[in-house]
Amino acid sequence: MKDFIIPWDDTDFGTPAKSGAPVSLIVDGIEVTVPEGTSVMHAAAEAGIQVPKLCATDSLEAFGSCRLCVVEVEGRRGTPASCTMPVAEGMVVHTQSERVRRIRKGVMELYLSDHPSDPASCIAGRDCELHDMAAVVGLREVRYGPGDNHFQPERDGRDNPRHLPRDESNPYFTFDPAKCIVCSRCVRACDDIQGTYALTIEGRGFDSVVSAGAAGDDFLTSDCVSCGACVQACPTDALIENRVIELGVPVREVITTCAYCGVGCSFKAELNGDQLVRMVPHKGGKANRGHSCVKGRFAWGYANHRERILNPMIRDRVDEPWREVSWDEALGFAADRLERIRKEHGNKALGVITSSRCTNEETYLVQKLARAVFENNNTDTCARVCHSPTGYGLGQTFGTSAGTQDFDSVEHSDVIIVMGANPTDAHPVFASRMKKRLREGAKLIVIDPRRIDLVKSPNVRAEHHLALRPGTNVAVVTALAHVIVTEGLADEDFIRERCDWDEYLAYAEFVRDPRHSPEAIEDLTGVPAAELRAAARTFAKGGNGAIYYGLGVTEHSQGSTTVMGIANLAMLTGNIGREGVGVNPLRGQNNVQGSCDMGSFPHELPGYRHVKNPEVRGIFERLWGVEIDPEPGLRINNMLDAAVDGTFRGLYVQGEDILQSDPDTQHVAAGLAAMDCVIVHDLFLNETANYAHVFLPGSTFLEKDGTFTNAERRINMVRKVMAPRNGYADWEVTQLLANALGANWTYTHPSEIMDEVAATTPSFAGVSFDLIDRLGSVQWPCNEEHPEGTPTMHVDGFMRGKGRFMITEYLATDEKTGPRFPLLLTTGRILSQYNVGAQTRRTDNMVWHDQDVLEIHPHDAENRGIRQGDLVRLASRSGETTLRAEITDRVSPGVVYTTFHHPDTQANVVTTDFSDWATNCPEYKVTAVQVAPTNGPSEWQEDYSAHAARSRRIAPAAE
Amino acid sequence: MSPDKMIHMANQIAAFFNTQPGGDGAEKVAAHLSDFWEERMRRQLFAHVDAGGDRLDPLVLAAVAHLRQPAGQTPDA
Ligand code: SF4
Ligand code: SF4
Ligand code: FES
Repeated sequence: MKDFIIPWDDTDFGTPAKSGAPVSLIVDGIEVTVPEGTSVMHAAAEAGIQVPKLCATDSLEAFGSCRLCVVEVEGRRGTPASCTMPVAEGMVVHTQSERVRRIRKGVMELYLSDHPSDPASCIAGRDCELHDMAAVVGLREVRYGPGDNHFQPERDGRDNPRHLPRDESNPYFTFDPAKCIVCSRCVRACDDIQGTYALTIEGRGFDSVVSAGAAGDDFLTSDCVSCGACVQACPTDALIENRVIELGVPVREVITTCAYCGVGCSFKAELNGDQLVRMVPHKGGKANRGHSCVKGRFAWGYANHRERILNPMIRDRVDEPWREVSWDEALGFAADRLERIRKEHGNKALGVITSSRCTNEETYLVQKLARAVFENNNTDTCARVCHSPTGYGLGQTFGTSAGTQDFDSVEHSDVIIVMGANPTDAHPVFASRMKKRLREGAKLIVIDPRRIDLVKSPNVRAEHHLALRPGTNVAVVTALAHVIVTEGLADEDFIRERCDWDEYLAYAEFVRDPRHSPEAIEDLTGVPAAELRAAARTFAKGGNGAIYYGLGVTEHSQGSTTVMGIANLAMLTGNIGREGVGVNPLRGQNNVQGSCDMGSFPHELPGYRHVKNPEVRGIFERLWGVEIDPEPGLRINNMLDAAVDGTFRGLYVQGEDILQSDPDTQHVAAGLAAMDCVIVHDLFLNETANYAHVFLPGSTFLEKDGTFTNAERRINMVRKVMAPRNGYADWEVTQLLANALGANWTYTHPSEIMDEVAATTPSFAGVSFDLIDRLGSVQWPCNEEHPEGTPTMHVDGFMRGKGRFMITEYLATDEKTGPRFPLLLTTGRILSQYNVGAQTRRTDNMVWHDQDVLEIHPHDAENRGIRQGDLVRLASRSGETTLRAEITDRVSPGVVYTTFHHPDTQANVVTTDFSDWATNCPEYKVTAVQVAPTNGPSEWQEDYSAHAARSRRIAPAAE
Repeated sequence: MSPDKMIHMANQIAAFFNTQPGGDGAEKVAAHLSDFWEERMRRQLFAHVDAGGDRLDPLVLAAVAHLRQPAGQTPDA
């Protein structure tokens, strides 16, 4: 096995790296050349000299408050702080003169005299920069006794009024003001890195203290989003993870990748032995650049949750309790059933669902199981229900479904459109990076029915918020194009060079039609025409324009059409093919991108190649020794339809909970209930498992090797941190199942699976585990032309040759409001919970969100006699559920909003089976509903929880 | 699949291609159906067309005629 401890240079250069003309200087006799604007401290670190420091760290701009970093510069008077002093050509710096040593000792002595001296009280131990610095400056004793101080609870037998109690309100970290040296690193981290502005320094001089929120707040009640940036920035143990308090400072680390959202942050998993102590965002991670959110940093405790299932289980019928059995018995049972179905109903009665949470290698094997073992193309993935329209829409216009940029690109954007996405909740680390750019002056246009946080948050304000009515995306996007074309703002040079000119002319004529004008659609969309016109001008004239979009674009009847409309906008304004621009789908789950790349869709082999192409099939047929079905297979919703019809009877689901995540729950349940063999491979008895006959325990991302591909097409390494508690990594389980069906697979490590992907898929031709280990990560396409990957797509030409403008006619969804269902429901996510919540609900993240609530406008609430916190009934033509009302003007009148993180509310009982015309991506974002006060759970909820409890019974082990 | 749902899905595809220029909507709908609809779904569509094609967009009907033309592309393979 490979050594999975990767050494990494974690040097703290004290201040951020700069770019600029080279400047040379001499530090302690060593000549060093750095970019203009670099600090003397950073230059010294480049020369291998660490100037002592406390208030500086290279994730933050210098602040210059501690004065520990003073140096002497020849020809200048005084002792400047090296962290705030920029380099100059020919400068000669001395970092160790007698004078600066004396100053530093004095500074340290003052700090330590107001800090507990008992070594046992220092939790951070070798991690504590204060004690490090005391050693570095050679301070051996503190001459002053503890006089007036902050750290003693009592002085002279009386309460010390300066002593403040610990703030333990956050479930994951503790703030101990007694240990705080008021360097304000945490405050700056919260402001500059996270962009939340939750912390301030209160008081002045000796009285100053760090404080979360307003007076009377603690960390939990403040605006703090628990990202952990302040904890990381803190040089002492004033802010420290509770796990470190409990378990001690970890001694070894493994670099790996977060398994939550599509940002794909790199983390250092820090351990003692095989016990994971904490996850710390990795500075070398190119997606996150050392930042993280509450989920990746703290919410990984589910791996050890008591509800995790560690043994395989089977049952003959779903109304029986589960029986724990050996792996052999479970796999044999599953194989028998699948074989029987195949014999009686043909091989097309079987299928698989791959997971967007599992690794690329695992996903590849699951689709291979369908194609090579079941010999059909019945494979699908939850990307069906989120970004399948992206694949279709961008494929039609650009020639590939790939997002066009890397995350760094946002640092070069001048105008940013965020459409149908809520990055601060769903892609928090990217949101922080975007907010940083917005604070630097980039303009923001939000297109969303709801006033998401980005519209107005500390130091960020959207220039335009187009609060459109759900379901009218195409009309708004086309109207934006109308303004750009009719006002002569289109970038015709770009279009002539890069796009099909005739198609453009036809398109221009189409959008020019007055029926697409902002005025003509105002009544339909609810967006004031003047605002829409202004937004179009801002985007077209504002410099580098980038579009970021999410599920609010795709999860509609016209999802694919809207994606095309977005691609049109980017081409129209020449915003493709360089840094700072582009079309960027923000993908939901950690490996949605990867699961699509790996051939999870029923019509595509790995690398997005249609199964109808004989040359592509040939590649796999030669390698696998089977004939590949040239017909597209069933999509998830089609599988369920076919199950109800009786022609689809066996399903292997890896790491997905289709019963909770897919629309029209009752239809999904009917489909599952009609099958003879449902195999659920997961960590927990999820909702789908209520209808399963075989349960195969899964492994967490901490327990296996492999790769995830994030929303930037970046392939990141997932490294095994500990042995799988269930005995096998998920790729091994799939292989065992395939072999129980006679497949004879012999993979011994996921790297061999990636080698197979590389050998069969041109855009991955250059990818290997060794390459990723060497580069840290790589963005596909990665092949001979791009040996180190491709940060920006379509640089010299579109993937399909010429960019193609598509006509985007608005067509109303058939999901219409009427007297029975007068309101429109739209759905979304919140920061602390993830998707169906299976993981996050099993962590302390519950303190932030313990139930789904229904947001409703005060006007609609009043009409219905609903008060804040009331239990309300939410009904559509599909079904009904109950939840609590949250009265807010974030939503417009006529629109209600909820999240879908909790199974007992199950917003999807209410969503309908309408879907995107091209891809069948469900229309989650528009459902006509009625809301009314109620006093108890719906009948469905009661039945459901009774049924769920019954289906989850596990028989006591027979001896 | 319920007939209603199938008709709805087929008509949605036709609705998009009805808005596209080129006058080859029937071919495009046909291509879309054979690229994305599994055989069972196409078979159900053909059966519905044979039974009169009630409520189907004319473009879907034209597309089905197209799909049936080439030899070897019969739906019930
Ligand atoms: S955890 Fe994040 S949001 Fe909370 S105070 Fe610290 S930096 Fe700010
Ligand atoms: S959930 Fe997303 S943003 Fe948060 S740490 Fe994980 S990858 Fe990063
Ligand atoms: S490190 Fe330079 S003043 Fe604190």
